[in-house]
Amino acid sequence: MSEVVVETRDLSVHFGGVFAVNGVNFSLRERELRCLIGPNGAGKSTFFKSITGQLQGAESSGQVLIRGEEVTTWPTYRIMRLGIGVKTQVPSVMNGLTIEENLWLSASRTNPDAADAIVEEIVAELTLQSIARRQVRELAHGQRQLVEIGLVLANKPWLVLLDEPAAGVTGQEMQRLVAIIRRINRTAALIVVDHDMHFVRMLEARITVFNQGAILVEGSADSVLNDVRVREVYLGNRAR
Amino acid sequence: MTRSGFGIGRIRWNWFAAFSGLLVLLPLASETNTPTLLAIWALFALSLGLMWGYAGILSFGHAAYFGLGAYTYAIASFNIGESTGPLCLAILVPMVVAAIIGAMMFYGRISDVYLGVITLVVTLILNRFMNATAGDAYRIGNARLGGFNGIPAFPILNLPGEPDVQIFGTPYYYVVVACLLGGYLLARFILSSSFGRALIGIRENELRMELLGYNVPALKTAIFAICGGLAGLAGALFANWAEIVTPSVFSLGQSAEVIIWVIVGGVGTLVGPMIGAVLLGTLKIMLGMQTSIDNSLVLGAILILVVLLIPRGFAPAFVAWRGRLLQLQAYRRHARGTTRRRLHLKEAE
Repeated sequence: MSEVVVETRDLSVHFGGVFAVNGVNFSLRERELRCLIGPNGAGKSTFFKSITGQLQGAESSGQVLIRGEEVTTWPTYRIMRLGIGVKTQVPSVMNGLTIEENLWLSASRTNPDAADAIVEEIVAELTLQSIARRQVRELAHGQRQLVEIGLVLANKPWLVLLDEPAAGVTGQEMQRLVAIIRRINRTAALIVVDHDMHFVRMLEARITVFNQGAILVEGSADSVLNDVRVREVYLGNRAR
Repeated sequence: MTRSGFGIGRIRWNWFAAFSGLLVLLPLASETNTPTLLAIWALFALSLGLMWGYAGILSFGHAAYFGLGAYTYAIASFNIGESTGPLCLAILVPMVVAAIIGAMMFYGRISDVYLGVITLVVTLILNRFMNATAGDAYRIGNARLGGFNGIPAFPILNLPGEPDVQIFGTPYYYVVVACLLGGYLLARFILSSSFGRALIGIRENELRMELLGYNVPALKTAIFAICGGLAGLAGALFANWAEIVTPSVFSLGQSAEVIIWVIVGGVGTLVGPMIGAVLLGTLKIMLGMQTSIDNSLVLGAILILVVLLIPRGFAPAFVAWRGRLLQLQAYRRHARGTTRRRLHLKEAE
């Protein structure tokens, strides 16, 4: 059995009296692809942020372990240096820089000598050659999503966390996104948070459903999507 | 993409050589007292311009490091005598103080607004403290702090190792120009390094840089300290120029002025803040010679006009105008060529 790369033990995060994440025990194995779904406010993004140390100062309890090392109190940059790539819910890119410059900043931290080659490789892989020297602020939303995924790829991570990668992406771009995620999954474990059930089905991954800060159910796409509780709280009874 | 494809931070050597040549030849055509002061102010503005324009850190109390540099030089030169050590201390002390304050702010995740307030308060505290240091009790070694009257008559800059050979007048102008050009090259070197590019990334998106694994608080602290050191150097040079240091080096006016110089010259450039300092510094000196209009009113009016008419400042506006002019020339050349070809065709028919 492959190694567990991410594990949370009884993880809770609360803001005032409201538990955004409530006693979550979660584990992800090496090169596993996992989708997190759930209604708005279910705690998916908070869970995401707590794994990556972005909630320093929030009231929390429990443990986050990455490759067996407890990182619960680590600052974000230190957790990222373990080899993790993150795409945030709202595209978080350097708007005043070109695509190449964005990617260079990502590649040069982990691999300064090969940064230029990595940038060329990522630009080609995402077919961004024609716009590579344009400022990111001039790009459409879908292109900015791609740039952010490029930033994640340029870091050569072994664990990738993607928060709503399909948001604002057109049908054709979605096919491409699925192919990119599969490509990443050849070398890295992935957690993908998304609302788009069509996209989640396309990924053919194991699914974890969040509701009210806790894990409601976990399993294969078919079993989860046919689960009565999931239909009740999230999908609605018309969903198939 | 080559690394130079990262278009920020490249130096235009031809411009640099022309500008340096101009500064070197200036004493042939002018007295050097005012240009020396303007070059000191330019260095001070450069130190804030680097930090604000490229790392996105706006300090409302940058005069604190300028003043610390001036006081450190004055106090150390009284105690040490030979000026090399005091000059080094005048860079080191503000640098260390900036590093401590910067580390507290950046590791403490203080937001930009509070950062501005804290830096301002530090300057005010130093100003008030130095004003209250009259009397014999306030003495560091041989140096009396002197309260409101400050520290006069300290040993000025000398040739390294030669305390009796003092540097003033035109030679001092060249020392200041060398420091200014050195500061500029240092800033360019920083911006062309991975460190400088990371700072630009932080200016653009701090969270993203952290998610890429950059230690953002450490990088911000480092640039804050470096710019504090540069401001300290400017302060020490100012002390040598004025031959007296008073608490006014920590004044709110001093902090506000340097911000105005940077805005007017152009945030996000290195040349802009220096241009702003020279232009507004010259104006300030000219206005200081008359009594009919209040100096601050004119400077305030200029700031409002610049923000309204050239919001990005002089240097970026000049680059944009030059770009448009070149485009227009290219278009005219193309249009002339097309007309000639048409005429040739008609003649052939």
